[in-house]
Amino acid sequence: MTDATRQVEMAKPDSALRRLLQRKLAVFGLVLIGLVLLGAIFAPWIAPYDPAEQHFDGLTLEGAPLPPGGVYILGTDLLGRDLFTRILYGAQTSLIIGVAANGLSLIIGTLVGITAGFFRGWIGTVLMRFTDLMMAFPALLLAICLAAIFTPSLWIVAMVIALVNWVQTARVIYTETSSLAERDFIAAERILGASTGRILFRHILPHLVPTIIVWGTLGISTTVLLEATLSFLGVGVQPPTPSWGNIIFENQTYFQAAPWLVFIPGAAVLLLALAFNLVGDALRDVLDPLQRGRD
Amino acid sequence: MKKLLTSTALMFAMGLPALAQEYTPDPAATPGGNIVVTYKDDVATLDPAIGYDWQNWSMIKSLFDGLMDYVPGTTDLRPGLAESYEISDDGLTYTFNLRPGVLFHNGREMTAEDVKYSLDRVTNPETLSPGAGFFASIAGYDAMSDGSATSLSGVTVIDPLTVSITLSRPDATFLHVMALNFASVVPQEAVEAANGDFGKMPVGTGAFSLDEWVIGQRLVFAKNENYWRAGVPYLDAVTFEVGQEPVVALLRLQNGEVDVPGDGIPPAKFTEVMGDPAQAAQVIEGGQLQTGYITLNVTMPPFDSVAVRQAVNMAINKERIVQIINGRAVPATQPLPPSMPGYTEGYAGYPFDPEAAKAMLADAGFPDGFETDLYVMNTDPNPRIAQAIQQDLSSIGITANILSLAQANVIEAGGAGTAPMIWSGGMAWIADFPDPSNFYGPILGCAGVVEGGWNWSRYCVPALDEMATAADSITDPAMMDERMSKWSDVYMSVMEDAPWVPVFNEQRYTMRSPRMGGADELYVDPVSIPVNYDYVYATE
Amino acid sequence: MAGYFLRRLVQSALILLGVSFITYFLLFILPADPVRQIAGRAATAETVANIREQLGLDQPFLVQYSRYLAGLFQGDLGRSFLQRTEVSTLIGARLPATLQLMAAGIATELVLGLSMGVAAALTRGKALDNFLMITSFVTVSAPQFVVSLLLLYVFAVKLGWFPIGGYGTFAHIVLPALTLGLLGSGWYSRMMRSSMVEVLRTDYIRTARAKGLTRARVILRHALPNAILPVIAMIGIDIGIFMGGIVVVESVFGWPGIGQLAWQAIQRVDIPIIMGVTLVSAAAIVIGNLLADLIAPFIDPRIKLR
Repeated sequence: MTDATRQVEMAKPDSALRRLLQRKLAVFGLVLIGLVLLGAIFAPWIAPYDPAEQHFDGLTLEGAPLPPGGVYILGTDLLGRDLFTRILYGAQTSLIIGVAANGLSLIIGTLVGITAGFFRGWIGTVLMRFTDLMMAFPALLLAICLAAIFTPSLWIVAMVIALVNWVQTARVIYTETSSLAERDFIAAERILGASTGRILFRHILPHLVPTIIVWGTLGISTTVLLEATLSFLGVGVQPPTPSWGNIIFENQTYFQAAPWLVFIPGAAVLLLALAFNLVGDALRDVLDPLQRGRD
Repeated sequence: MKKLLTSTALMFAMGLPALAQEYTPDPAATPGGNIVVTYKDDVATLDPAIGYDWQNWSMIKSLFDGLMDYVPGTTDLRPGLAESYEISDDGLTYTFNLRPGVLFHNGREMTAEDVKYSLDRVTNPETLSPGAGFFASIAGYDAMSDGSATSLSGVTVIDPLTVSITLSRPDATFLHVMALNFASVVPQEAVEAANGDFGKMPVGTGAFSLDEWVIGQRLVFAKNENYWRAGVPYLDAVTFEVGQEPVVALLRLQNGEVDVPGDGIPPAKFTEVMGDPAQAAQVIEGGQLQTGYITLNVTMPPFDSVAVRQAVNMAINKERIVQIINGRAVPATQPLPPSMPGYTEGYAGYPFDPEAAKAMLADAGFPDGFETDLYVMNTDPNPRIAQAIQQDLSSIGITANILSLAQANVIEAGGAGTAPMIWSGGMAWIADFPDPSNFYGPILGCAGVVEGGWNWSRYCVPALDEMATAADSITDPAMMDERMSKWSDVYMSVMEDAPWVPVFNEQRYTMRSPRMGGADELYVDPVSIPVNYDYVYATE
Repeated sequence: MAGYFLRRLVQSALILLGVSFITYFLLFILPADPVRQIAGRAATAETVANIREQLGLDQPFLVQYSRYLAGLFQGDLGRSFLQRTEVSTLIGARLPATLQLMAAGIATELVLGLSMGVAAALTRGKALDNFLMITSFVTVSAPQFVVSLLLLYVFAVKLGWFPIGGYGTFAHIVLPALTLGLLGSGWYSRMMRSSMVEVLRTDYIRTARAKGLTRARVILRHALPNAILPVIAMIGIDIGIFMGGIVVVESVFGWPGIGQLAWQAIQRVDIPIIMGVTLVSAAAIVIGNLLADLIAPFIDPRIKLR
């Protein structure tokens, strides 16, 4: 909720970074993200096995998975595949979808928000009503329906998530843009004859960058959670591609007898989402001190 | 744990008549008691013309009756609401003599008019019954299904206790069809009073009546005191609690709160339960009339080559797949399950031999294998089974991409003929009635190769269809073994063409609380799943 | 004021209309034919065609949609394809359970969130504050399906303190409400904290302290009521987030609400039920937003009534 009369300070990049690194929680978050990133990038080298390989000795005679601590460090899943390997490769899925979906929803949200906030009038009204409309949809139900319509693949899942997730960004960008658009210096530019494109790119957009960065970072946490939930419901990425969510989905019937199959990937999702939340929140404080702690 | 194999196949091989002796009541049975059965899903409907899932099938059986019935715990036919019947010499007209004095739950006496009304109702397109097609052999069916008639011309009421049904062609399965839920007798006034909601307000002639239904929570069946079969049911009431996770249900059974977990023993608890002698004693294992299989679309290259299909058959490690589902199945060699009459004993099927399979593929022109798609329903354990199949295929060079979709989407792809491979799990064929023809018509016969048909492998051999029809024309009970051997030939021929890979036949494991009594067959009744409520009893 | 309310009401109705249109369209282009499922395996092409005609599914999109709308205005949500029961009956039977769960969830997140936020604000900068704020981050980042399985496993299966899913008594609602409420409590605790911190800094409070009122009295009588207002406005928005959560939570805990109904219906492509649940959820979200918008001007008169 930005006060229309408040000045927004733009922090200089290097001092912002310094301030960010001074916050312990943010550093912790960055470290986590770094670890996951490294795990995802170097998975083919770090992982002891192939993620789709079903080992004959990975299951007991009755078909039960093996607990952590044996040959397979984190145990095996219900097909006898090494859990540690799948968690590493799952990081790839979570990051790719998380970033792609978020990037896409950022683009959509920013476009909608800027257009509505700058041009106002009936375009603005239509766009913002449409945003309200999208907000009224129960996001998960919509995502499930969309996933059922398109033959699923990694990118389809990312697209589906993006389609249900852009609304928040659009609203925030809209509020910011509309308050910016009313400011004196914009009016001055117009009088001086600057074109709309120039005003948008040279004057409005730079002021929006902090917001975009903050929402971009926070948004990845949401998309990671959404992807995990969709996979948990069986409508996410296709097997045998591992995703932390579909590992839980495939093995949830054993959550009592083999809890590690649910809680290790669950913890992974939690930590990744947490990391992005911490960093995003810290960025918000650092880039716009007057918004500290607010939603 | 007790193992039971319904050896009806053996019986038919010995040439015994189709109708077995009447059921001998259990001397130890004590009347009274209320048992609790749990399910995860809410019951969809109790309308016998519509209900067609494994959950409501036995419930409907307990609320309604048809002209024919089965001896409890077996696949043998016995008279139901019809106390006797005659078949004309040409095998086309069945005259049923109804039992007098049978009362509906609303107190009215059942007559032949009710039989006619019920059959008209189920074949009327407005009822939207999924079982209408079973009655296709009754004369006048075509007029009903295209809307030009509102009553079956082949069903005639001779007098209030006699009804005759004329077929348009001889049909050896007709008596089985009369025992299906779809042929249950319903009272017209109750159907009309329900105004479209008969499924939630069922009224029949069965051993139990619906006492209470709280949607999402429970249903209560109460004993029909006026049931026309003397002495049964033993139980006063059966309470179905819905919305219960299988794991929860099992824990509650261990606590003494639940008598039968309707969804069976969850895989995760299976080893634990079987490993404990006290608990294992409460579990009864039985065969099911079910086969899980992979369909190969014979119209889509390279599956149009028999050699390729046979190679796929040899590549699948069925033992391992059974292991993945905790050993709760037996590997299958042919389309029919072992307990189905017409099963070919001793047939070994295609051996598991990846090396030979690879060689066959190379000979067929695919030394480097090929890429294809494998469709599967996205509820556990089917994606896992599909992944095991995927791994088996990759070992002979076939790259199968998995498409794990909602059931309706898979059915759509299968029906459209665009799916090269489909794992049938979750949609697998469970016999509607214990007869080999049930496994043929819609899923392997030419009639199923239509837009939206269930013959997902698009397999059509007119000569086989003729053999099948010939087999079904043998209605003389004395020639049953000849009929069964004809069916066996049909399925052996199917296996040579290999449009399917039969993978496993699921076993059924029913766990019951210690206080429940009754013969083991009742707990793995092939027709009343999971339990034959009419005949079990509680000892305390 | 009345004009504003009226305008928002009309907008809300239009939004619901839009939701119904988009949902109906999406279900229309779904590559899964419900008629096949209804017709069953043994159906001939004729039977299928008949059923399609009976259900009106052979009509073009706009005809089908207008029929649906017409029924909607008469309160008829149609009949389930697979159960033949009226959708309104099915939803009506299950809605109370979902509403109970939502109410319990809101209560939980408020109790947890507000108390954590107040505690954090009062001990600002100290260990407790840090701990509570980290906790709030964790609860916001935790995937609900994992939390529900975790709570079920630890408190119901292992410790046996609560029943393992199901419905009926107070004990049954604790774990699912906790799962739903945990997510929101993170937001609320941080909001409450910053709100409290600001209020505590104001002259108003300092004056009260200067007058000699005890700390507790100041907090309870003066700080808290002012700090709580922005939080109340948020509750309406929360309903939307809850609607997403109930599908998972009701499934895991076996809660007989509309979330469970929706999930089953989606599996079977039972379009009337999916439409019904989506509309009911959307209505709940819209009402929630409406309430939030209505309360907002009372809290902060500076907010212009647009």
